[in-house]
Amino acid sequence: MSGKVLLRGGRVVDPSQSLDATLDVLLAQEKVATVAAGIDAAEDARVIDCTGLVVTPGLIDVHVHLREPGEEHKETIATGAASAAAGGFTAVCAMPNTDPPIDDPAAVGFVAAEGRRAGAARVYPVGCISVGRAGIRMALVGEMVQAGAVAITDDGNPVMDSGLMRLALEYAQTFGIPVADHPEDLGLSIAGHMNEGLISTRLGLPGKPNAAEDIHIVRDLLLAELTGGHIHLQHVSTRFGVDAIRQAKARGVHVTAEASPHHLVLTHEAVEGYRTEAKMNPPLRSPEDMEAVRAGLADGSLDTIATDHAPHHYDEKEAAFADAPNGIVGLETALGVILTRVVKEGVIDLPTMVDRMSCAPARAFRLPGGTLAVGSPADVTVFDPNERWTVDATKFRSKSRNTPFGGWELEGRPRLTVVGGRVVFGG
Amino acid sequence: MNPTTTAPLGKDLVGLEHMSSAQLKAILDTAEPFKEISERRIKKVPVLRGKTIVNLFFEASTRTRISFEFAEKRLSADTVNISSMGSSVVKGETLVDTARNLEAMRIDMVVMRHGASGAAQFLADRIPSNVINAGDGRHEHPTQGLLDILTIRDHLGDVEGLKVCIVGDILHSRVARSNIHGLLALGAEVAVCGPPTLLPLATAELGVEVFTHIEDAIQWADALNVLRLQLERMEGGYVPSLREYNRIWGVTNARLEAAPRDLLILHPGPMNRGVEIDSDVADGPHSVILNQVTNGVAVRMAVLYLLAGGQPESAEAAKGGSEA
Repeated sequence: MSGKVLLRGGRVVDPSQSLDATLDVLLAQEKVATVAAGIDAAEDARVIDCTGLVVTPGLIDVHVHLREPGEEHKETIATGAASAAAGGFTAVCAMPNTDPPIDDPAAVGFVAAEGRRAGAARVYPVGCISVGRAGIRMALVGEMVQAGAVAITDDGNPVMDSGLMRLALEYAQTFGIPVADHPEDLGLSIAGHMNEGLISTRLGLPGKPNAAEDIHIVRDLLLAELTGGHIHLQHVSTRFGVDAIRQAKARGVHVTAEASPHHLVLTHEAVEGYRTEAKMNPPLRSPEDMEAVRAGLADGSLDTIATDHAPHHYDEKEAAFADAPNGIVGLETALGVILTRVVKEGVIDLPTMVDRMSCAPARAFRLPGGTLAVGSPADVTVFDPNERWTVDATKFRSKSRNTPFGGWELEGRPRLTVVGGRVVFGG
Repeated sequence: MNPTTTAPLGKDLVGLEHMSSAQLKAILDTAEPFKEISERRIKKVPVLRGKTIVNLFFEASTRTRISFEFAEKRLSADTVNISSMGSSVVKGETLVDTARNLEAMRIDMVVMRHGASGAAQFLADRIPSNVINAGDGRHEHPTQGLLDILTIRDHLGDVEGLKVCIVGDILHSRVARSNIHGLLALGAEVAVCGPPTLLPLATAELGVEVFTHIEDAIQWADALNVLRLQLERMEGGYVPSLREYNRIWGVTNARLEAAPRDLLILHPGPMNRGVEIDSDVADGPHSVILNQVTNGVAVRMAVLYLLAGGQPESAEAAKGGSEA
């Protein structure tokens, strides 16, 4: 049990209640007890001065790779959950592309139990769509949901078989969970290592064309429209893809979608010099694509900011570009990068950021949290919107340091992360 | 040598992209006096005496490796050859460990061929020795580009304003990229010609003309640099058959007869006679294919000399003048 915590005098930004005002927040018995001006501190409450800080419903990242079981040299559930808390996240959704993959209820139970044991950010397991992520036969979706899975995906791989995707979108409706897909037509992209374009041509690196992602996004949207199921499109990176989602939403298709911080602020120019810390999948794309992802985030075509936190051991990235694995860590840089390079550049305002990083992910994955409404879980993020700091990957709580943001000067930094009324970071 | 001037090429030769025309001309001009060494009875000068050079070949190569080795030996360097088939890993050792081990043996230069684009830059960034790229993936093969340009210059004069078309598999070709960058920097007009499946979509953005019909390229060009069509391209589905490739893109005498002028014919080798080039063209009067091979040794001597700190204007003296 956690004691009472009184967050005093912060700017409370909670779009779920259209709230943006200087208020106090009292947390008691693991819930939000009161949000009001001038709350009297109970004698047993721990009072934390939040003057000059922003207080929001806890940030939620619906797309992280915690690598356990199987690749504990990169990350564990415990280090990943600690990294999340240090980044201001109160909950993360753990992707199932581990070794072995999370494709049965026992494996889901393992992730949930390790997440609880870590005692940092909440860790919600995500199960596989297909047995072994092989893309052939549907996994034990119902039993995985009963064991705690909040969504299904074969992430890392797309579901290439449209028939299987149709079945998953139909079947998952029983359980009210989204089917998340990594949209990529492998026939067009499997040999690629970066965005196809002038830079890939000059560097002599095989490219992944936008069309590989676009085709798959459109297919998933058509299948969601056909079945009425909920498709969640992961890490959307193309201008056509953003627009296809925008149009599908206008038609009433049940679709939610992610933008990752790196696709919001970086382009394929970051790969110059064969920088493996700029290698990820989908790849960093053209400036026009980046602008489209920013516009999609602003108008809500893209619902959530999700990091696709993908830790790799340093010597795996210390290789020729084609031999290096895809992915970057993101949990401890996301808030600073988004505040500095998205909010302060005027793409979205602060309440919209809180929606995309807290309220919308909670809605999309039907998670508790994403609100400071009285009676909701006491999951709260407090950050300083103006603190200047320099990203130093050696200081990460994550086991891995593979970031393209090393050395970046950022403005805005997490100060306090509260999960279930318990301070798990800062304070 | 003049000790006050700095190395004209910097530490490494990774690619021709980003090189200035002055740097490219310095290499080509330096190659001129070195040509003569290979014509001597005793083909050895003490320019690189005491230097240790490792030829590190992660991909099969005959011509390039031997050409480098001759260049090194004729300049009196001590050389070691390491050949390894396969991709980036020798016996499970990573490229970075290979680099560190070489460095620990206190070598002076590494000549590396590797299957991964960017491998030469990777090595150059991590060791203080001079690194010469002998081909990295589909990125660059700078000494091949230089020897091709030297050969064109030998036969047609200054390449500025000349029209050079590279024919074949541009997508997978490091030779094409080095030629494109080098020729453009020296003021040539450059085109590529091949099946669209083997031309990157962004090719025109490099600043080159794009032809898909060999007849059009032949009408346009002063020189054709004909690339080898790898058998794997047929297996990969890029072209349906080698015979069809020859029928549609093969450089044949019948096609060359339609040209408004005699075209200089280059081929970086090894040739597939009867596929990308017919024998009567390869062996014909306008073929300079063997001149390319001869020039390869001189260009590589020039690069080794310049990276070791030599100055272009001192090359003649450094090799002890001409023997004759």
